[in-house]
Amino acid sequence: MQQRDEKQYIFDKTENVNRLLRGFYVVCGTLFALDFIFHRHTSHGWEQLPGFYAIFGFVACVLLVLVAKEMRKVLMRKEDYYDVDE
Amino acid sequence: MWMSELPPFVPFFAAALLALVARGWLRAALMLATPVLGGLHLWFGVPAGTMLSVPLLDFELVLMRADRLSLLFGYLFHIAAFIAMVFALHVRERTQTVAGLLYAGSALGAVFAGDLITLFIFWELLAITSVFLIWARRTERALRAGQRYLIIQVTSGVLLLAGALVHYHQSGSLAFDYIGLESISGTLIFIAFGIKCAFPFLHNWLTDAYPEATPTGAVFLSAFTTKVAVYSLARGFPGTELLVYIGAVMTCFPIFYAVIENDLRRVLAYSMINQIGFMVCGVGIGTALALNGAVSHAFNDVIFKGLLFMSMGAVLYRTGKINGSDLGGLYKTMPKTALLCIVGASSISAFPLFSGFVSKSMVMTAMIEEGYDYLWLMLLFASAGVFHHAGIKIPYFAFFAHDSGIRTQEAPRNMLIAMSIAAVLCIFIGSQPQYLYGLLPWEVHYWPYDTTHVLAQLQLLFFSALAFVWLNKVGLYPPELPSVNIDAEWLYRRLLPAGIRATGKVLIPVRNGFSAAISRQINVLTTFLFRHHGPSGTMARTWPTGSMAIWVAVLLAVFVIAYYV
Repeated sequence: MQQRDEKQYIFDKTENVNRLLRGFYVVCGTLFALDFIFHRHTSHGWEQLPGFYAIFGFVACVLLVLVAKEMRKVLMRKEDYYDVDE
Repeated sequence: MWMSELPPFVPFFAAALLALVARGWLRAALMLATPVLGGLHLWFGVPAGTMLSVPLLDFELVLMRADRLSLLFGYLFHIAAFIAMVFALHVRERTQTVAGLLYAGSALGAVFAGDLITLFIFWELLAITSVFLIWARRTERALRAGQRYLIIQVTSGVLLLAGALVHYHQSGSLAFDYIGLESISGTLIFIAFGIKCAFPFLHNWLTDAYPEATPTGAVFLSAFTTKVAVYSLARGFPGTELLVYIGAVMTCFPIFYAVIENDLRRVLAYSMINQIGFMVCGVGIGTALALNGAVSHAFNDVIFKGLLFMSMGAVLYRTGKINGSDLGGLYKTMPKTALLCIVGASSISAFPLFSGFVSKSMVMTAMIEEGYDYLWLMLLFASAGVFHHAGIKIPYFAFFAHDSGIRTQEAPRNMLIAMSIAAVLCIFIGSQPQYLYGLLPWEVHYWPYDTTHVLAQLQLLFFSALAFVWLNKVGLYPPELPSVNIDAEWLYRRLLPAGIRATGKVLIPVRNGFSAAISRQINVLTTFLFRHHGPSGTMARTWPTGSMAIWVAVLLAVFVIAYYV
């Protein structure tokens, strides 16, 4: 369906994607560093660990995806699973 | 205030009647004017404390009870109805317009209901009117999904009615106020609410039916049914501790399904359960802050979830496809839809300055204040997860990811306008939360924007995104696959029919054997009867009159002799 002389869109160029990702990494790094600059008003013991939220977010999502992938082995069926009898 | 006692459902029902005959621009005007005028009336003309009841037999039906809680949902449903109507303006089909108006009206009727019977009536009307938005898709799957949806919803209503009657028997009152779990009636009503609220194991009607609805129907559906249930829980069961645990489970388990689900509207349905989980937690905690968090999150969720359903509806409308495995690269031809979708995604992920942030944080704060440390961790996990599956996955697989080669056009103008209204509201509420806070039913001072809170949320979200980037780079991210994932619905869509078939397999031979044996016995009996009573049988022989006279004479002779002797 793609036309040969179609115009180039912004994310067709890998350099644009890489530029976006680099900016994203910088933001992540800055946010992590800010933890050590600001004094946070924490109400809970866990929160006082430096980088708690950053590490929690990263680990939580990796776990989420890896567990969900394992779930597929048990739960995944063909698309017409419920449409056909037996 | 001569008109303040007009129940808010009345204009919608009247408009639905008119929409049956109106066509063209007149019907469009009806669709738009009803929520606008109804909403203005509610805002300016109906003060808290307004009541209207009508007698029915021995009961007083309280058709309208306006207090700060019901009014908040009233405003919300008018906004939601207006946005959904704008989104559906291009639909020529009368059924959907009428069903949409009736459905929105039923939701308003339910939240303003002051007694359990009125609530029951609108509870069932919600089910009956909304199913047409599913059936209007006119596919075999939609027909079946709609039937299952209707059965489950009506069951919920029947439980509510049973609970209401027991409640009346026990307490002598039908008023819809705090109910609690102390009695059997409370349990029945709790389960009825729980079905509509998509409690775990009772949730599959939502993930089953919503993705089968029409592109516009799903927008209506996402706004009303579950939020009426959240309202009802906040009214009837605030501070019920069981709800905290149920809510925490609701926030966590759907996100796993959402990660591996292919149908993007089904992903949204799962993420809807996740968001309702936060509200249910808030209701369960029951402090003023938590309850405010629950209802304000319901308010925001209707708008940002509506926005996400609209953006996916627009994709489905334009491309005819909704599976992640078929889509990708649509930002090239639908850039505005993509941008509006990202606003919705940022809101549901609770980015600071977007609406989800200002309401979800109330529930989280209340949770930690009340000492639910581990459940708070679950909710934090769910907050990271929601960004992962709804915040990133939805826009990424639809509009970016690999180029599917689909070249389509931008969504129709009315859809873009509807999405823009929702997007503006998301950002406005997120950046100026004081206006929403001013409407909240319980008196409490809360402000979400401080360095600690904003920084923590940004770290959580950005590092969740980092996990997504990293998993994609190393190829660990599960690809979108055309598939169905087994959930609790398997019990009634697979196990139950299979069980019935298996039982049949055992019972049918038994029944056949039994009936064969019976018919053999009957044959033997009839043969026997035929031999004796048949045309040539002994008992059917015709006897000459003479022989009868002889036998009578013989009998007489025997009698005479016997008498003589």
